[in-house]
Amino acid sequence: MAMLQVENLQVFYGVIQAIKGISFEVNQGEIVALIGANGAGKTTILHTVTGLVPAKAGQIQFDGKDLLKTPSHKIVSMGMAHVPEGRRIFQELSVYENLQLGAFTRRDKAEIAESLKMVYTRFPRLEERKKQIAGTLSGGEQQMLAIGRALMSKPRIILMDEPSMGLSPLFVSEIFDIIQEINKAGTTVLIVEQNAKKVLSIANRAYVLETGKIIQSGEAQSLMNDDSVKRAYLGE
Amino acid sequence: MEFLAQLVNGLSLGSIYALIALGYTMVYGICKMLNFAHGDVIMVGAYTLSIAMSTLHFPPYLAIPVSMLVCAVLGVTIERIAYKPLRQASPLAVLITAIGVSYFLQSLALLIFGSTQRKVESAINVGLIHIGDFAISGNAVVTLLLTIVLMVGLTWFINHTMTGKAMLAVSEDKGAAQLMGVNVNKTIAVTFLSGSALAAVAGVLYIASYGYVGPYTGSMPGIKAFVAAVLGGIGSVPGAMLGGILLGIIESLSKAYISTQLADAIVFGVLIVVLLVKPTGLLGKKVTEKV
Repeated sequence: MAMLQVENLQVFYGVIQAIKGISFEVNQGEIVALIGANGAGKTTILHTVTGLVPAKAGQIQFDGKDLLKTPSHKIVSMGMAHVPEGRRIFQELSVYENLQLGAFTRRDKAEIAESLKMVYTRFPRLEERKKQIAGTLSGGEQQMLAIGRALMSKPRIILMDEPSMGLSPLFVSEIFDIIQEINKAGTTVLIVEQNAKKVLSIANRAYVLETGKIIQSGEAQSLMNDDSVKRAYLGE
Repeated sequence: MEFLAQLVNGLSLGSIYALIALGYTMVYGICKMLNFAHGDVIMVGAYTLSIAMSTLHFPPYLAIPVSMLVCAVLGVTIERIAYKPLRQASPLAVLITAIGVSYFLQSLALLIFGSTQRKVESAINVGLIHIGDFAISGNAVVTLLLTIVLMVGLTWFINHTMTGKAMLAVSEDKGAAQLMGVNVNKTIAVTFLSGSALAAVAGVLYIASYGYVGPYTGSMPGIKAFVAAVLGGIGSVPGAMLGGILLGIIESLSKAYISTQLADAIVFGVLIVVLLVKPTGLLGKKVTEKV
């Protein structure tokens, strides 16, 4: 059975149906991408998985447990971290405090210190700026902090929402390298991106969304060579 | 010397306002709502103190914690029953509800205790303190010291415990805090609990200098403390402290040197001037749009 299994998910905002019966799965060790245009429902799906938005119908199972019946704040301790769209770091707190909050549900101080060291090794910039107020970081650094904060919960799966948004091309490549490294170190990744070209180059599999429905899915490589995907999302 | 005595009075009055203002500002920071029932929590605290001391004959060191406990439970209950169901409602609905809760508490006190004010024996009785040939009120000094201890404690709690950091995280971004595993409902409850316990202490101190409690005892200090919170910058904990102290000093000095009748007008006038010059209050944060 897949690590994360979503079945016939339906989500409404008022009377408007944002997600119209979506099913997909993420297996352990994979990088799975959800691609599609603005408003396709990519962010809504991630928000529903981690309980920020309620579902109308369908099922979401993580390691066989029903996530739709789990309160949002209990999901992170099950091993799922979410790097939300727009980063949403705590602007008024220091870099270090943001990372501390990432480990909010963990109790073992030695293990937390170990994770902190791991995050600082991966992002030396964060260690240099650990006392700095997070809101004063550059966009790229804030994205690093958002990812570092998620890693502090020692997740088995990490959900990433538009990690490249608003970053300079140099940072975009760096962030995608980091995502690949995190995956190689053993964390499963479910990633939502508008930058389809970049994300397909690192993903194992992908699902293409259009106005709340999955219209195509498959190996990332084959999608990259698919004519309709090329035309619609890769700008070729 | 006369001036110094007035200054001490102002500081002690101001620290009472500051203690109440902390409750307003913390709740506003986390829930973005003005809890207008907060002032009436002081009144409940004062009645509790009065019953504990004169009916149950509790000594002050027991009566004060009992009053804090009653207020803390009351604050959490108010939030749970009246505000929590309105988490997603419009700010206006929440504001009206808060005013409703305020009237409810006042009417309840009116029903139980009647409209006559009740004499409360002071829980704090420290005589005049003589420094050379200069005497200042011992109660004022105790009030000031107790407030300083509580403020230092609160600041430490917010900045150095994970619960405190969770409070800061929730006040900035509830959704992101949830993603960190923070239980938002519990954090809000803790905020109401600590704010109301502080209000109870403020009630005890207020009664120590005022001597009487009635159903409407909480409304004036409540409004003044609200002004203090806005003056300091609502949502800011140091702001509430500063606003409270300033307000107390302005009020005392106006009463002593300008006019007793005009003192309140001056207090509210200062608020208007500050808001005209700096709408976010003295230590208020600039409201930035999220990008």
